[in-house]
This record gives sequence, C-alpha cells and structure tokens, in this order.
Amino acid sequence: MSTESKEYTMPDAASRAAAASEEFETEKLELSMGPSHPSTHGVLRLNLELDGEIIQKCDPVIGYLHRGDEKIAENMTYNQFVPYTDRLDYLAPLANNAIYAIAVEKLAGIEVPERCQAIRVLTSEMARISAHLLGLGAYTMDVGALTAFMITFTEREKLYSLFEELTGARFTTSYTRVGGLLKDMPEGWTDKVLHFCEEFLPLVDDVESLLSRNRIFVDRTADIGIISKEDAIAYGLTGPNLRASGVDLDLRRDAPYSGYENYEFEVPIGEKGDCYDRYLVRLEEMRQSVRLIRQVIAKMPGGPYRAENQKRIILPHKDKTLTSMEELIQNFMITTEGPQIPEGEVYFEGEAPKGALGFFIHSRGGGVPYRLKIRGPSFCNLSILPKICVGAMVSDIPAILGSFDFVMGECDR
Amino acid sequence: MVSSNTDIGYNSKVEGGVIVSKADAVINWIRTNSLWPMPMGLACCAIELMAAGASKFDIARFGAEVMRFSPRQSDVMIVAGTVTYKMAPVVRRIYDQMAAPKWAIAMGACASSGGMYRSYATMQGVDRIIPVDVYVSGCPPRPEALLDALIKLQDKVGTEASTSNLLKA
Amino acid sequence: MIAQELLAALQGVAPQTSERPSADCPAFNCPLDSLIPVLRALRDNHGYDMLVDATGLDNGVESSPRFTVLYHLLSTATHSYARIAADCADDETPLAPSAVELWPAAEWHERECFDLLGIKYENHPDLRRILMWDEYPHHPLRKDFPLAGHEEDLWDQEISDETGTKVISAPMMGGPFVAKSSKFENEREPRAKDESWNEKNPKPEGQSRK
Repeated sequence: MSTESKEYTMPDAASRAAAASEEFETEKLELSMGPSHPSTHGVLRLNLELDGEIIQKCDPVIGYLHRGDEKIAENMTYNQFVPYTDRLDYLAPLANNAIYAIAVEKLAGIEVPERCQAIRVLTSEMARISAHLLGLGAYTMDVGALTAFMITFTEREKLYSLFEELTGARFTTSYTRVGGLLKDMPEGWTDKVLHFCEEFLPLVDDVESLLSRNRIFVDRTADIGIISKEDAIAYGLTGPNLRASGVDLDLRRDAPYSGYENYEFEVPIGEKGDCYDRYLVRLEEMRQSVRLIRQVIAKMPGGPYRAENQKRIILPHKDKTLTSMEELIQNFMITTEGPQIPEGEVYFEGEAPKGALGFFIHSRGGGVPYRLKIRGPSFCNLSILPKICVGAMVSDIPAILGSFDFVMGECDR
Repeated sequence: MVSSNTDIGYNSKVEGGVIVSKADAVINWIRTNSLWPMPMGLACCAIELMAAGASKFDIARFGAEVMRFSPRQSDVMIVAGTVTYKMAPVVRRIYDQMAAPKWAIAMGACASSGGMYRSYATMQGVDRIIPVDVYVSGCPPRPEALLDALIKLQDKVGTEASTSNLLKA
Repeated sequence: MIAQELLAALQGVAPQTSERPSADCPAFNCPLDSLIPVLRALRDNHGYDMLVDATGLDNGVESSPRFTVLYHLLSTATHSYARIAADCADDETPLAPSAVELWPAAEWHERECFDLLGIKYENHPDLRRILMWDEYPHHPLRKDFPLAGHEEDLWDQEISDETGTKVISAPMMGGPFVAKSSKFENEREPRAKDESWNEKNPKPEGQSRK
C-alpha cells in the first residue's frame, strides 16, 4: 500500500470546495436544544433551524414544567394557594408572595397597615437582589466566567440565612397571608440586613470589575440579541428586559403599590437593548435595591403587622383563639372555608425581579377563587425569542437566554 | 505474565507495596468516591442542587462535584424538581443514555411522590418511570439533605456485588 | 372619570359596549365581532400600547354564553390599565377573533388560552398547544375537567411500552381540603373539591404500579 499522498495546493482546494458545493445539495440542519441543556436554565426547549451556524428559525417549546397551578388554585382557599406562589419564580418567592397577597387584598378591599407594607417592600427588594444574583451568576457562567457565579452564590447563601430567620425556610417562604404577614420580623433582624447590605455593595463592584470591561464577556454580549423599543412593547416585555431596551417603565415608581411612593430610587435604563445592557441594568438594580432596603429600615413604622377587624378574612390572634369561643369559631371558619372574598374581578401587577407578575382573580364570593390567572413575566419575555434569535449564531443562544434571566416555573406555571 | 517460573510466594522486594483485597471492595471504593451526577434540574430543587455545588456546602467533599450535563459521562441522576407528564419521557430517555452502573436520587417531594402538585399535569413520583435508589424529603430539601442522600447512596454502592455483576454483563 | 370617557369613546366604535363590574381598572364588555375594532381604538387613540395579558374564563358548564375572552391592556405613558371582555358565541367550540395583528404578544397568550380552555382564535397564525403536549385530548381549565385529570397514554409510545407508565388521574385523598359554606353541619366538613377518587369513589381502572 502506498503511503504517499498527493500534494494539494491552495487554489486546488478552493476550487474543489466550490465544485463540491455545486455538486452536493446543502440542507438546513434542525437542532433540538433542550429540554435538558445547561444553558436553558431548566426545561426550555428550542427547536432551531440552522444554516451552518446561523439560526434561520427558532421555535421555543415550553410547558415541560406545566404543573397546573391555575387549576389547583380553583380547588383551594386563598391562603392555601400562597405556597404555590413561592414556586412560580422560585428565585424570588418573597416578591411573589407579596404581589399575590396585594392582588387578593385589592379584591377584598382591605388596607394593610404601614408596617406590613414596609416589610413587604423590604422583603421584595431582598428577593430582587437574590434573584438578580442568581440571574447574573448563571448568565456569566453560561458565557464562561465561573468566578462571578461563586461570588454571587456566596452572597445568596447569606440572604438565605436571613430569609430562614424571618420565615423559617430558605426560599419557599410563604411569608404573606391575605391581609398581612405570617409573623413580624424577629428582633435585631434588620441590623443583620443592614450588615448584609454593607458587605454586599463592595461585592457588586467586584463583579462589575470582573465583567464590565472583560473583553471576552463584552465580545460575547455586546450587540447580541438586540431588542428595539417598539418590539419590546409590542411583545409585552417587562422588567429589566424592557428597561434595557430603553423603555422607562417600572411599576414600583409608575403605579406604586405597598408604599413604594415613599421611597427614593432610580430606575436604570439601557440604550441599545442588547445582552450587555440587560446585564448592566440588573447590576444597577441591585444597588438601587440596597438603597431601598436602607430607606425602608430607616423609616420602618411601628404598629401591627397585619390588618385587624376583618373577621371573615384574617385569623384572630392565637391567644384569643385559645381563650375565647367566638374567636375560636372564627379561626375554624377561616381555616376551613378560607377568607371570604366578595364577588368581583381584579387584575394586579407588581414589579417582580423578572418583570411584571400579574394575578387576575375572578371571584364569585367565598373562600375559593373561581378563576385565577397568573401572568408570568418570563412567559411574555420568552415570546420574543422567535424574533430575536433569527440571524444569530448558535453560540449566541446561551448569551441571549442568560441575559433574559427567565424561570420556567412561572413561564409554564 | 503467569508462568511456571514466576515466584508466587513471599517476595521481600514488594513488601508494603501490595495489599490483598477483594475485587468488590476495590471497585466499590472507587465507585463510591467518584459518583458523577447528572443534574436533572427541573424546578425549584435545582436551585438547592446548585447551592449544594456552590461554595458553602461544597459537594466536592464527597467526590460528586463533577456535574455532567451529558448522560454518557455520569453515574447518578439527581432528579431535582417536579416531573410533569410532558417531561417524563425525556427524563427516561436521558436515564437510558447513561452508562451502567447507574443510580438515581429523587430529590424533593415532587420527584418522590408528586408532592404538593396533585394535578392532571404532574407525574406522581419519578419512580413511575425510572428506578430510584434514594428519596430525599423536603420541599425543597436543604443542601445538607442532598449531601446526606449522597452518603446513603455511597453506602448502598459500597455493598454491591460489583465483580459478579461485571462478569455477568 | 376615565372609565366614563373611555366608555363613551368606545361606544362610538361599538355601540353595544357596556361597563363591566370591576374592582380596579376600567373594564368593558363588548360584542365579539367588534372586539378587534375596540382593541384597535384603545391602542391607537387612547394610548393603551401594551397587551399585558390575554386570557379566558369558563363561566360554568350550564351557563350560556359559557366562555369569555379577556384582554388586559396597559398604557406605557399614563400607566393605567384597562380590561376588555367579550363573550364567545358557541358554547361547544368557542370562537374568538385573534389580536395577533395588533400585538404579537397575543400569540402565546392565545395559544395558552386555546390549550387550557379550548377557545379557537380565528386568524391566529400558529394555533397549537403550548403547555400540554400536542396530542393531549382535553382542555384542563374547563370546569367539567377534574383537577386530578383523566387517564391517557404518554406522548412517547416507546417509553410508554418500555415502562408501562401512563398518564393517570392524580390521587386526591390527601387534600387540599375546603369546607363549603352551608347551613348544615354535615355539609361543612372540609373535603377536597375534586372528588374523582377518594374513600367513597373507587380509583379509576388501570392505576396499579408496575
């Protein structure tokens, strides 16, 4: 057998390649990415149609985590559904708890005391920090930077310890009830929160110095996955993804709830709407959240942590339940029949870390919602994928998905 | 090389360099300390799975830090989260792609029994579709609970009749 | 009142538009055939430029009209919300016009509504199931569908044959329990709202574990 090989010259190779491409038909490659893929953050599946490395068509397939939350809600009382709201956006359960409670309270026409509102703002902002930390950590890990992930996760653990002290659980907190909270803050807890804030801000700077001018990170994210202002509004994007596209809309400031109007904070806005802007917006939002937390703690009002004198909605105090017949019956009725909410319809959106989390509740009276629709921000944010992925490279997909910072729990519900 | 000339008796030159053990013990010792997980992160529990892998809990202490998203390279599937009927066949297919010997941990109430999701869309326990070795309670379990499950699995792997299984295969 | 002004303006587009009881934002009922013109008027003339949510409602098996479609709009300039509802004509195969031509955001919302409630949207570019798998025969959010679900085949036949697993109706014996408000003591006992199988009703066939 001869081992000699024929020598190719450059023009020869090129002409051969050209001849080959004429001779053979090229065809589109179909690639199914997910539902188990490290960069899809859960169980998203993308059906991609590729021309070489360029994406021609993108068809997201969702529903792999559809657990039937809306149907479950029709089968239980308002308070029993609170734990299910934890598991919508499971990176920020405290924010979901608060928004759900406010939606039901709007329907019932209850005003909660100022202290309750302030604690809800405080916990929502802490939840925002913890959600953005994971979002950023996972995002940077997907584009190849593991250090930032380790830093952000260490900070998250500190937040988890604080949540655990407040609610008894690391992240499935179920902290709110219709008309109030599970319990008041433990003594000295706010000092620990302030201490966390102090330690946390330098770490945000650390993460920024690691990434913001990092050549690899910038090359992989800048000018990738650009969403225009008009598209962002037409597709119903909300939260940091909308603001990164330059739309100045933050429900905390524009449609204030739970006393957000009493605090000062800035809403960071992006310019281009690319993956890099979305990263910057999240980074700045964490700093603003720290600012909010400090204001809330400084202004923390006293008084009760839940509404009083709502005999058909809020459980009586435990000491009364154990000593008085009337309160005992009241306690039993609310626990078994649920808080009695009047007939009506309400749609309430609050600014959750991922965007506007909305609850549409249609009540026909009684303790069980007739229909409860959850508007998950990730669901709406992902609906723009078929548009922005076209023309991108396959290697851009992790950057785009990471910058969207979605959670399948609230997307599929 | 085994031949009639090889001395099989005492050899002072290799003293201290050789230990005699059962093949089972050696194989199981190797296997227990390098269980590479396939993180089947489906829902909330996946976050605690990530926490177990991150700095504070550090699953590397138990030799299981090498999270492989490729089933071909992993030994134990950690099913972390709610398995829906839409996802279940995918979980099974990935499990089928793992090379034997393989184990599975059902992490959390949802994976173990459907948990709080008693509904039309949720599979009532992942053991309906793949064999499970260790169930972890909790919704979600703390990372310590996952580490405990890992130790329990190591105990189980340590008592398997690996050699006869290998010879049978 | 914003609601009154809006109502007057919308009645210029569709005279039968009426106010809908609502605990928060302005809400309107409008006839199905003028739903799209009304939404278009709200978008173009009143600044409601963002569709935040589109959903549906099953008013109960016996009621007619049985299905209602709902749209929630947000104005990014004034930050106010509006809700538009329209009753679907047919109770068996409800039809509604699609709002995808106005907002691309409606595409996924309407697919979800089709999936869970079975409302067919006309002129929708891609009306497929989105949350359940394509072959799933039911619409789970309809009121006649039990929470536990019905027994079906898995969507992957190969896996189904290999493992002998099926989609089963979920056990409802462990709750959640809700008591009915009733005058009679014996009816007040907390019980699961879905009673498709419990201590009294036997569990449906073919549910034994392999």
